[in-house]
Amino acid sequence: MTQNADNVLDHFELFRGPEYQQMLANKQALFENRRDPAEVERIREWTKTPEYREANFAREALTVNPAKACQPLGAVFVAVGFEKTIPFVHGSQGCVAYYRSHFSRHFKEPTSCVSSSMTEDAAVFGGLNNMIDGLANTYSMYKPKMIAVSTTCMAEVIGDDLNAFIKTSKEKGSVPEEFDVPFAHTPAFVGSHITGYDNAMKGVLEHFWDGKARTVPALERVPNESINFLGGFDGYTVGNLREIKRIFDMMGVEYTILGDNSDVWDTPTDGEFRMYDGGTTLEEASNAVHAKATISMQEFCTEKTLPFIANHGHETVAFNHPVGVAGTDRFLMEVARITGKEIPEELTKERGRLVDAIADSSAHIHGKKFAIYGDPDMCLGLAAFLLELGAEPTHVLATNGNKAWAQKMQELFDSSPFGANCHVYPGKDLWHMRSLLFTEPVDFLIGNTYGKYLDRDTGTPLIRIGFPIFDRHHHHRRPVWGYQGGMNVLITILDKIFDTIDLNTNVPGKTDYSFDIIR
Amino acid sequence: MSVSQTESIEDIKARNKALIAEVLEIYPEKTAKRRAKHINVHESGKSDCGVKSNLKSVPGVMTIRGCAYAGSKGVVWGPIKDMIHISHGPVGCGQYSWAARRNYYIGTTGIDTFVTLQYTSDFQEKDIVFGGDKKLHKIIDEIQELFPLNNGISIQSECPIGLIGDDIEAVSKVKSKEYGGKTIVPVRCEGFRGVSQSLGHHIANDAIRDWIFDKLPADQPPRFESTPYDVAIIGDYNIGGDAWSSRILLEEMGLRVIAQWSGDGTLAELEATPKAKLNVLHCYRSMNYISRHMEEKYGIPWCEYNFFGPSKIAESLRKIAGFFDDKIKEAAERVIAKYQPLMDAVIAKYRPRLEGKTVMLYVGGLRPRHVIGAYEDLGMEVVGTGYEFAHNDDYQRTAQHYVKDGTIIYDDVTGYEFEKFVEKVQPDLVGSGIKEKYVFQKMGVPFRQMHSWDYSGPYHGYDGFAIFARDMDMAINAPVWKMAQAPWKVVPKPTLLAAE
Repeated sequence: MTQNADNVLDHFELFRGPEYQQMLANKQALFENRRDPAEVERIREWTKTPEYREANFAREALTVNPAKACQPLGAVFVAVGFEKTIPFVHGSQGCVAYYRSHFSRHFKEPTSCVSSSMTEDAAVFGGLNNMIDGLANTYSMYKPKMIAVSTTCMAEVIGDDLNAFIKTSKEKGSVPEEFDVPFAHTPAFVGSHITGYDNAMKGVLEHFWDGKARTVPALERVPNESINFLGGFDGYTVGNLREIKRIFDMMGVEYTILGDNSDVWDTPTDGEFRMYDGGTTLEEASNAVHAKATISMQEFCTEKTLPFIANHGHETVAFNHPVGVAGTDRFLMEVARITGKEIPEELTKERGRLVDAIADSSAHIHGKKFAIYGDPDMCLGLAAFLLELGAEPTHVLATNGNKAWAQKMQELFDSSPFGANCHVYPGKDLWHMRSLLFTEPVDFLIGNTYGKYLDRDTGTPLIRIGFPIFDRHHHHRRPVWGYQGGMNVLITILDKIFDTIDLNTNVPGKTDYSFDIIR
Repeated sequence: MSVSQTESIEDIKARNKALIAEVLEIYPEKTAKRRAKHINVHESGKSDCGVKSNLKSVPGVMTIRGCAYAGSKGVVWGPIKDMIHISHGPVGCGQYSWAARRNYYIGTTGIDTFVTLQYTSDFQEKDIVFGGDKKLHKIIDEIQELFPLNNGISIQSECPIGLIGDDIEAVSKVKSKEYGGKTIVPVRCEGFRGVSQSLGHHIANDAIRDWIFDKLPADQPPRFESTPYDVAIIGDYNIGGDAWSSRILLEEMGLRVIAQWSGDGTLAELEATPKAKLNVLHCYRSMNYISRHMEEKYGIPWCEYNFFGPSKIAESLRKIAGFFDDKIKEAAERVIAKYQPLMDAVIAKYRPRLEGKTVMLYVGGLRPRHVIGAYEDLGMEVVGTGYEFAHNDDYQRTAQHYVKDGTIIYDDVTGYEFEKFVEKVQPDLVGSGIKEKYVFQKMGVPFRQMHSWDYSGPYHGYDGFAIFARDMDMAINAPVWKMAQAPWKVVPKPTLLAAE
C-alpha cells in the first residue's frame, strides 16, 4: 500500500508507487491500443526537424495553443475598473462562467459578472427579453451604480442590437431612465481580448462624453490640466496601476486612471466580501473629457479608443507597454512635457538604481537569446528591455499581433545591433513557437503559464511574464512598469538564469566544479 | 462558528425557512417566484428535495452554471486522450477551458496524446459570414499531417456553428471516408443549447453512441480475450488521478477494468466497453445516458457507486461485488479489511480536529451528494447543498440516501443567494468552485474547491480519502482564519463576570 496517514502522499508521489505503476502499465498494454513506442519516438523526433517546422508554418486553418482570448474577456476587464460597476454580458451564460474563472485563476480574487443567459428560444427570437429581465434583476440584486454591457458571439451572430435593447429595457422599467448602461459590441470572432478592451473602453467613454445614447446633451469640453491614463489589458494591472499612481503623485500630476481595477482585484481578507471596490468614479469618467491629454500605455489595446479621444480635442500619446530604462524615460518625459511638471529627483534616483542593477548583472544576460510571446504591446516592451540589457529577443510572437505590430517590432530590432538576428511572428501560435524553439533554439522563453508546456517539450526555461499566470501566485501584485517595475522584471529574469545555471552544474563529482557560491 | 448544537431540528428548519424568505426579498416579484421553486429546506422522508431543477437560469442573477460546450468538450470528450478535440468556433471557449480541469493522463503530449492542447478553428468574421465547413475540412487535413498519431477527432461545436447552419456532420462523414474510416465525431454542443452543462453531457453521450458504437464494424476482432470479470468505469474524469485510485480497488477485488470513461481514456476503451459485464457509474448525471443505452442495446447492467470516504467505499465495493461470484465478494471483503488500518489511522488523526464542523456545498454532477458520506466519516455535518445542473433524479437520490432533515437545498444558486446563506448559516467550510472560492475566503470562511480538488487530489478511493481528510483539516484549521480581523478592529466581547 502506498498511502500513509502520517505522511499523506499527494498525487505527484502517490501514483509513482509500484502498485500504481504496475496498474497503469497493464492498462496501457491491454486496453489502450497504444502506438508502438518506437513510432511515438520517431514522430517526437520528427516534430523537432526543419521539415516539420515548414509544414507547421504552412498551416492555414488550424490553430494550436493560441496566445489570445476573445473580446468579451477584455470588456469584463474594463467594466470592473469603474466604480460599483457590474459587467453584463449579453448572450450564452457559459461564457461568463469562463471569464470569471479565467480572471479568478489569475488574480486569485473574485470576479463578479452577470449574463443574460440566452438559450435556444433566444437564438430564434432574439435576446430582448433576456436583456429586459436581466438588467432588472442585476439592478435590484447587486445595487450597481453602472451596468456595462458587452456581447458574446451568440448575440452577435443573431444580430441583437444593444442600443435598441437597452433603450427598450429602460422603457420597460428594468433600470431607471437615467441609470448608466454603457455598451459595446464585442464579437469573439473579431480580434482578441485586447480588441474587447478597446471596444468596451470606447463604449464607456462614448456613453459619458457623447450624451448617453442621445438621452442627454453631449458634454462640452472645457480643457483642464488633468491627464487621462489608459493601462490597456494588463495581467499586472494591480501592481502597475498602483505604481503609476505613485509616480503621478510624486510628480504632482493631476490624473484620472480610466478603468482602475487595481482595488477590485486586490481586496483584503478581513471578513467582508467586497463585490465592488475602488474604481474610476462615474464623475471622473465624465470629467475625463476635459483632460488636456490622454496617455495609453498600450497602443494596440486602444486602436479605436485613442482616436475617439483625439476627436474630442485631446492630445493623445501611445506607448507600447514600456519596460526598462529607456521606455520609462520616454514615458516620464512625455508626462513631464504634457503636464509641465518636473520629474522629481526621487524618480531620477530610482532610475539610477535600475541602471545600477543592470550594470551589476548585465554580464549574465548579455548575449543571451530569448523567445517572447504575449500581447502585442507587452512583446514590444519586453523586447526593448532585453535589447537594452544586451540580450537578443530572437523570436517574438503575438497570436493577436497584426501587420502594423510586426512592422513596429521590426523597427525596434533594426534600432539595435542586438536585434540583427531577431524575428517577429504575428498571428502565430504556441505550436509554431514549439517548432522555432527546436529549429532555432534560444536560452530562455518569456511567456504566460502555458509556456510551461514549451519548457517541458523543448527544454527552454520559462520565465513567467504575461497573462494568464495560473501556476504561480501573486505576481500580478508587482508592477512591471516604472523603474521599480523594470527592477522586478530584471530580478525575475535573473532568478531564472541563476537557477538554470545551478541546475546545470549540480551533479556531484561531475559538473559541480561550477556550482559556484558567488555568481 | 457552528450553529449551537443545542438548537432543535425544528428551530433549524424554521431558521432556514426564514432565511430563504429573507433572501428572496431582494428579487423583483417575477424572479422571486421563479427562484422560490429552486430553494427549500429538506424534510426527511420526502422522496426528493422539493426543488425544481434543470430549468433555464434567470438572466442577470449571476448563475454559476456553464454551457453545453463545457459539458461536452470540458467534461465528457476532452479527457479522451488519444483523440484530438477541436473547439470549433471562436477562440475563447477553448482558451478558457484549456487544461483547466486536471484530467490526469499518461502519454506523450502533442505526439500520441492531446488532452492539454488547445485545438481551435479560431473563427474570424469571414467564417461566420461564409460558413466554416471549408475551414473544417482543411483543419482535419492539417491535423492528419501534423499529428499523425491521433486516433480520432471530435468537433466540439461552439455557439455560432448551429446558428450559421454549418453541416459538420457532412464534413465528418466525408473526411472519415477520405481517411480510411477514421473516427471523426461531430458534436452539436453549442453553448446556447439547453440550460446548463447538462445537455452537453447528454449530447456528448449520444455522439459516442452514434459515431463510435454504431460505426463499429460487426466483424472487428476483439483486441483482448473477455473474462467474466470485465467492468468499465463510467463517469470518472480522473481529476487529480481519481479514476486511478478507484481502478486500483476494483482490480484488487479481482475485477478487470477494460475501460475508463473518460479520464485517462482512449478511443479503444470506448469501443471495447460494449464487451463489459458491468458498467460501474460514478457520475450518474453526466453518463447515465450511455449506461442506459448499453443496458438496452448490449444488455450490460450498470451500477452506481460512491468512492468518497470509507463508509461509502465499503458499501459500494460490496454492491459491485454483488454482481459477481463469491470469489469477488470475498475479495471485496479482503480489500475493505486491507485498507481498514489506513482508514482508522486517517480518522484517528483528523476526526478530532474536524468533529462537529459544518459544511455547505455547491457543486456540479455527483458531488453535492456523493461527498457527504466522506465528511460524515470525519464527524462533519453538511448543512446545505445544491447542484449547478441536476435533474430531479439527482435530487431524489440526494433526498433518499444522503441529506439530513433541515438541510438547505439550493438549485442553480445565484451569487447573491449563496453569499447570504453562508453569511447567515456561518458554516465552518464551504466547498464549491473557483468563482466562489475567493468570495468566501474574503468573508473569512475556509473553502475548498470541489471541482478541481483545489489542485490536490485524488479524493476517490481509500488513498484519496487520506488526502481529502488532510485537505479539509488544512482548510479549516489553517492559522490564517484567525488573522482576518485586525486586532484593533476586534469588538470586545462583553466581559463575563461570573467565574467559570
